[in-house]
Amino acid sequence: MKKYDFIIIAAVLAIAGILFFFLYGTPAHNGKFVTVKIDGAITQTLPLAENRTLEIETAQGNNTLEIKDGYARIIAADCPDKICCHHAPVRRNGESIICLPHRLIISISSTEDNEIDARI
Amino acid sequence: MNHQNHQNKIAKKTALYGMLIALAFTFSYLESLLPFHFGIPGVKLGLANLVVLIGLYTLSPKAVFPIAMLRILLAGLTFGNTFSLLYSLAGGILSFIVMLLMQKTKLSIIGVSMLGGIAHNIGQVIVAAVVLKTVRIAYYLPVLLIAGMITGFLLGVAAKLITQRIHQLNNKDTSL
Repeated sequence: MKKYDFIIIAAVLAIAGILFFFLYGTPAHNGKFVTVKIDGAITQTLPLAENRTLEIETAQGNNTLEIKDGYARIIAADCPDKICCHHAPVRRNGESIICLPHRLIISISSTEDNEIDARI
Repeated sequence: MNHQNHQNKIAKKTALYGMLIALAFTFSYLESLLPFHFGIPGVKLGLANLVVLIGLYTLSPKAVFPIAMLRILLAGLTFGNTFSLLYSLAGGILSFIVMLLMQKTKLSIIGVSMLGGIAHNIGQVIVAAVVLKTVRIAYYLPVLLIAGMITGFLLGVAAKLITQRIHQLNNKDTSL
C-alpha cells in the first residue's frame, strides 16, 4: 500500500463522515406523512400518526407497509432480495425505504407535497 | 513475425479473453448465490471486478473494456432483469473509467480498486436516482462510499497478489 492509498481512505472517510452528519446528525424532525411513490409518481400520502397496515401493489410485485407508533416500515414483500423488509423503520423527515425491484419508495415528509426537500 | 505466428497470437488472445469473460461471469454467478446484504440496495462484493482489475494491470485497456462489458451483458441477461442490467452497466462503466484513469497516478492497485468500488456504487446510485425520479437515494451515499471502499480494498489485495504472480510468470513466458 502506498502513501496515496491512505490519503484516499482518509478522504473517503471524511466525506462519508460529513455527509453522514448533514443527513443524520442535524436535529431530527419527526415527519407527519408517509408518501408512497411508485415509478416516480406519488400514489398515496398517509398520515404517520394513524396506525395501519397497507398492501401496496406495483407492476412488479407487492409490498406490505405498516405504519405503527409513528414509524413506517415494510413488513413483507415478494421481491427477490427483501432489502426493503430488513430496513430499519423510519420516521424522520427525509428518511425513506426503497424497494428497487418494485420501483417503490416509502418516504417521510412533513408536508403533503413531498419532493423538494434538499436542505443544502 | 510471420503469418503463422501472427495467427497463433490472435488465437491465443481470443482464447484468453474468452476465458476471462467466462471467469468474470462465474464470479457474478457465485455472488448471486451469497446473501451479501447490508440492508442497502446496491451493496455487493463486486467479485467479477477482480477480473477487470487484474486485466488492467496485465492486458491492454482496449482488451479489458470489451471483456468487462460483455461480462456485464451476459450476467445481466442470464441472472437479472432489465433494470439490474442498467445498474450494472452504469456502475461497470463508471468504475472502469475511474480505474483506468487512476491507474496512471501514484496509487497502488489497492487504491485504484477502492476508487473503482466507490465509483461502481456511485454509478448505480445515479441510475437509481434517475429511474426512481428521486434525490432521496442520496441518503445511502455515506454507507455506499464506505462499502465501496472496503470491498475495493479486499479485491485490491487479492488482485495485487495475483498480478504479482502473473508478472513473475510473464517474465518466463515471453510469448504472452
